[in-house]
Amino acid sequence: MASSQRNPRGFPAPPLFIGLAGLGAAFFLLPLAGLLVRTPWGSAWQLLTSPEALTALRLSLLASLSATAIALIVGVPLAWIFARIAFPGRAVLRALTVLPMVLPPVVGGVALLAAFGRRGLVGTWLEQAFGIHIPFTTAGAILAESFVAMPFLVITVEAGLRGMDLRFEDAARTLGARRWTVLWRVTLPLVRPSLVAGAVLCWARALGEFGATITFAGNFPGRTQTMPLAVYLALETNPDAAIVLSLVLLAVSLAVLIGLRDRWLGAS
Amino acid sequence: MKARVLGAVAAALLLAGCGGTSEPGSPPSSGPSGSITVFAASSLTAAFGRIGPDFQKTFPGTMIHFAFAGSSTLVAQIQQGAIGDVLASADQPNMQKLVNAGLTSGSPSIFARNKLQIVVPAGNPKHVTGLADLGRAGLVVVLCASAVPCGHYATEALQKAGVTVKPASEETDVKAVLAKVALGEADAGIVYVTDVKAAGAQVQGVDIPASLNVVADYPIVVLKDSQNIALAKVFIGYLHAKGQETLARYGFLPA
Amino acid sequence: MSLEARIQASVSGFELDLQIAVGAGELVAVLGPNGSGKTSVLRVLAGLMPLDAGRVTLDGVVLDDPPTGVRVAPEHRPIGMVFQDYLLFPHLSVLENVAFGLRSRGTRRAAALTLASQWLERVGLEGYADRRPGSLSGGQAQRVALARALVTSPALLLMDEPMAALDASTRVELRRELRRQLESFDGVRLVVTHDPVEAMAMADRLIILEQGRVLQSGSPAEVAQRPRSRYVADLVGVNLYRGRARETVIALTGGGSLTVAEAADGEVFAVVHPRTVALYRTRPDGTPRNVWEGRASDLDLEGDRVRVRLEGSPSIVAEVTPAAVRDLGLDRGDPVWISVKATEINVYPS
Repeated sequence: MASSQRNPRGFPAPPLFIGLAGLGAAFFLLPLAGLLVRTPWGSAWQLLTSPEALTALRLSLLASLSATAIALIVGVPLAWIFARIAFPGRAVLRALTVLPMVLPPVVGGVALLAAFGRRGLVGTWLEQAFGIHIPFTTAGAILAESFVAMPFLVITVEAGLRGMDLRFEDAARTLGARRWTVLWRVTLPLVRPSLVAGAVLCWARALGEFGATITFAGNFPGRTQTMPLAVYLALETNPDAAIVLSLVLLAVSLAVLIGLRDRWLGAS
Repeated sequence: MKARVLGAVAAALLLAGCGGTSEPGSPPSSGPSGSITVFAASSLTAAFGRIGPDFQKTFPGTMIHFAFAGSSTLVAQIQQGAIGDVLASADQPNMQKLVNAGLTSGSPSIFARNKLQIVVPAGNPKHVTGLADLGRAGLVVVLCASAVPCGHYATEALQKAGVTVKPASEETDVKAVLAKVALGEADAGIVYVTDVKAAGAQVQGVDIPASLNVVADYPIVVLKDSQNIALAKVFIGYLHAKGQETLARYGFLPA
Repeated sequence: MSLEARIQASVSGFELDLQIAVGAGELVAVLGPNGSGKTSVLRVLAGLMPLDAGRVTLDGVVLDDPPTGVRVAPEHRPIGMVFQDYLLFPHLSVLENVAFGLRSRGTRRAAALTLASQWLERVGLEGYADRRPGSLSGGQAQRVALARALVTSPALLLMDEPMAALDASTRVELRRELRRQLESFDGVRLVVTHDPVEAMAMADRLIILEQGRVLQSGSPAEVAQRPRSRYVADLVGVNLYRGRARETVIALTGGGSLTVAEAADGEVFAVVHPRTVALYRTRPDGTPRNVWEGRASDLDLEGDRVRVRLEGSPSIVAEVTPAAVRDLGLDRGDPVWISVKATEINVYPS
């Protein structure tokens, strides 16, 4: 049936090729189907509104939104630098800042410990000078999520800035706008679609963060135990709860991807 | 039916990297042969890492694969259909879950015992002398999550000592607790004696008196779906006999 | 109010090296082919591009002076700029676009919006305040851009190809409208264009630019009549007449008249391309509506053509082949009959 469908470009795909595509699709769909089949729908609401689940949910929202805010505050300027300023070592710096996208998150967590841990580069000083201790705190969870999620914002916004017509900024300057005015009233509004897409992707990634969080921030309910950590632990004690929590994360991620399909995924 | 398909998929994913369970090869005319996969509690990592090669030397032509994780994780994986031959758990309750689910063959036997110890960074910078110190304000203590054996043993010991601890984190297995202490992120943790011994110079142990300590029984069992029950039984037998020596060297108490 | 600029700057591919002086109230068109550096001149004057050497002063105030390190930032120059495709901010309403310059320069919101509405009214777009720029036609966008540039009362108005983004069909109408708007502004006006007809129709003076240098400067008539290079000849090598049309007859300002195909009324421009001018030794028969006698005052061989300057009423330039010149036996001072078909004359309101 698939092979009889008209291909608008006129190239008829071999049936085997389409079969492989079907296999690929099934590979993605089956785990999701499995989750749905296993979901204890009768007790789902009760599991979801249990104090443990609500605590994890609340913390996840707080941490992921904070991570997104941090990403916006420092990631947008970083994206701007990458898009606009040529300086020696830019390519290297850029690669290093998007590294967390491909780095195993656990490695990210170890690296964060090496930097912000008690005996870390900055952590030692933070502890001695201010008595600030980041691991095992909600701030640590936020930091871990920011580390892993911010690159999504940076590359999305950078692409937006690169694609922007710079003459709009010139126009604003000839109209008397100073740098901050140009930035606030022209540049950022013009890349708003990229900002939104980047922030949402960043948020979704932060929401799903597990490896760096558990490594760097540990696991404690209400403080660092976010949804994915709760899922992981619940799998051993209360698998039904794990499945329901997973389903919530799945629904959020799906909503994000569908919402962004035009902007980021390039589909029509 | 559906559950079995799911189980198979889960097992395939979980076991990726653990190697196959039946190696081709010509078996010797007598004695055990082939290979088995042993799911073992993470506290057994070092000891089994020694015992495995020893066993293979004693019984040429055999191959023992290990999968180490928190006992609760292992039990969850087996319940989801992970395929293996033996489970060595660090506690009875997790083992009991598996027995109750009818996933074991025969009844579990205790092959080792372990006891708890307080672990602190080398040099004991915060001068932790006993369980009572763990309740001290400002001391960063990490424990195992209560689902993990080391977690509920620690809780038990702390209860006996009448100490209330506000842990900074509830780690998912004993090795994570050890790592946090070794890295200096935590000032103290409660782990097994054997873990402290295996961890080397970065950490040191602070003994918990016998009156407050908890002895952990390590049960072992052949799994129902084992493909090589003969070898599994030989391995368990070896642990009860010759293996005891090695286990003792790693700090385990005799069964 | 006047602008004086000596500009030396490196643009990709060549050096910009020119001098411009524009008097108060003068409207000067900088005319040149693509890549001649026209837009760069505007960018330098706007402060968007640095000067290597030279000096720019506006009303006696130094804007650029590399030797002393003076470079006034664009946002601090008293200028208004209309960009080629207008560059209206797509995320702001038409009214907010016009008010942008005022808001940037510190005018309070309410006052800025009031003044901006007045300007919208002035350019005939009072009903469009809340529209997004994307929903405007080219001509409307042009007027919004002009209002946005003029609302801050700049001393210098810079326009980059103001007609290029417009439909050919509406261009004539819109050009007249733009001229009307520009006439009500008394600052220095500099328009960059590659379209000679546009330049001649709008400007008091032309500056012809090629490869970053001024080739020629002067009134449209001067430039048209005495092109000093092949490029200028091609650029402005048209016969441009001004006159008053009545039905199909145009009484030309400089004497003589032309009959055209389409009826018009009032002040008009009439353009005759030299190649459409036919020459005869004797009075020709047939259909041409415009036949008059003239005298060849000048013959210039230019490539494969001869440009023949003819004194008469009106005077005109014809472009013919060297063979035709031979056949006619034409030489300087010879009388000759001139003929132009009514359909070959392009007429538009001035």
